[in-house]
Amino acid sequence: MRRSNWLYVPAGLTYLFLYLPIAVLVVMSFNAADTPYRLDGFGTAWYGKLFADRAVREGLVNTLIVAAGATALSTVLGTLLAVGLARYTRSKLLDAIAVAPAVLPDIVLAIGLLAFYTAVQFTLGRHSILLAHAVFGTAFVAAVVRTRLAHVDGSLEEASRDLGATPLSTFARITLPSLAPGIIAGALLAFSLSIDEFVIAFFTTGPDNPTLPIVIYSMVRFGVTPEINALATLLLAVSFTFVLIAQRLSRLTESI
Amino acid sequence: MSATRTPPRAARRERLVGRLATLGPGLGYLTVFMLVPLALVLGYTLFHRGRFGGIVYEASADNYTRVADGLYLGVIWTSVKIAGITTLLALLLGYPTAYLIAQLPRAWRTVALVLVVLPFWTNFLIRTYAWIILLNSEGIINRALTGLGIIQRPLELLYTQGAVVGGLLYAYLPLMVLPLYSAIERLDPQLREASANLGARPARTFWSVTLPLTLPGALTGCVFVFVPSLGNFVIPELLGGGRTVMVGNLIRDQFLKARDWPFGSTLALIVIALLVLLLMAQAWAARRLTDGTDRA
Repeated sequence: MRRSNWLYVPAGLTYLFLYLPIAVLVVMSFNAADTPYRLDGFGTAWYGKLFADRAVREGLVNTLIVAAGATALSTVLGTLLAVGLARYTRSKLLDAIAVAPAVLPDIVLAIGLLAFYTAVQFTLGRHSILLAHAVFGTAFVAAVVRTRLAHVDGSLEEASRDLGATPLSTFARITLPSLAPGIIAGALLAFSLSIDEFVIAFFTTGPDNPTLPIVIYSMVRFGVTPEINALATLLLAVSFTFVLIAQRLSRLTESI
Repeated sequence: MSATRTPPRAARRERLVGRLATLGPGLGYLTVFMLVPLALVLGYTLFHRGRFGGIVYEASADNYTRVADGLYLGVIWTSVKIAGITTLLALLLGYPTAYLIAQLPRAWRTVALVLVVLPFWTNFLIRTYAWIILLNSEGIINRALTGLGIIQRPLELLYTQGAVVGGLLYAYLPLMVLPLYSAIERLDPQLREASANLGARPARTFWSVTLPLTLPGALTGCVFVFVPSLGNFVIPELLGGGRTVMVGNLIRDQFLKARDWPFGSTLALIVIALLVLLLMAQAWAARRLTDGTDRA
């Protein structure tokens, strides 16, 4: 195929646009001076400050608790839902309900859940964020598992049933193992979406135990501090490693 | 087949149990934590705020007439405009990028795609914060421009509508590139070859073969960018500095500051209505496009 060389100009712009802000953040996080804008020598002072920050540490713990719980819940619900939608119904309406949380603007779900929690006088805290995050988590797990289901050969399940296995043992021994890569991918997606989620958490959080995005939001709103640069750099490093590992894993499973 | 082995009634019961066991928990959960909350929002639009907060349950259409007020319509129009400009810019940057990626050798393609998605996997607030650092009057852009003698005094880049558009574009550009890439990559190269062999210039081939065939992917990308941009309240707040008010900011304030939940719900319902219209238009356009190509 003939390559059009002028395409490198807009594509280069795209990559510059995507990476310039990140590069500035990372460089500034090693700033020795206490302004986030002017670089005056290198140092790791801001990392020290960050690690000493209790709000950030507690926010991180809260985020991990919420994400782990929401992921567990949405993996179970989403997997079952995917199997049910693929095997037991052709209803377009049920399909729509299952994808709705992924399509709905986050602020709409956020105010709806706040209204709901208030109406039933549910206390707000980590648990209310967890239950809220499981809503979109379920939708994403179900979507990912369904694409996997489309590639799974149904005749194995049929054979298992014909050989006298109960539906439950067919599900546990044939269906689940063949869906495993999809379930893992869906769970990872739900986990990383929950860790990053701000709007719904902001509306459904209680007076204590904010998640990390909420802590970051109040830091940014309060004013610009190089501590955020350090935090940003660390989070970037973590997610970059995560993506690289995921990339490697998927290449590994492809080659098998 | 199992139907011949087990009596039909037992098979039917088995199917019912299977259906309940798989669909029941998930749909039950989504009913309680999504459908009921949405129904509440819908219901609230008919009531109004009490004098001391809370909700007075007397049905009226007051909230809807209040939205028709010029002020609120103006905010909704601003939101649609900002989200629309963001989507257009994302398309203009995203299309050539996706097009180039699809033409790269296979190994480079993966790298290029991962590089587009990587920033997307970092916290959304931090990506927005990065722009505060860049655009500030003491930020790197202003210092570079003054340093080069291009400008005398720092430009006011932050807290403008342009900053909001830039922040939204930065947040959602990957969502445009991915569906475009998969549409372009799926394109049969023989179609383009045929067009070239029949004497079409590259530009003609692009306009009458490549572009129409990749439009469904472009439409998907547009929806992916427009939807989260429209309801966003964080970026207008942090990069617009409260000077650019979008409908998301209004909804947030009605719920968390003014405590006027019925009016906030009405604004949210209008956002949903706009998005439903958009999705319907997209589905209609995509159907027309694919119908046309199937017959051709």
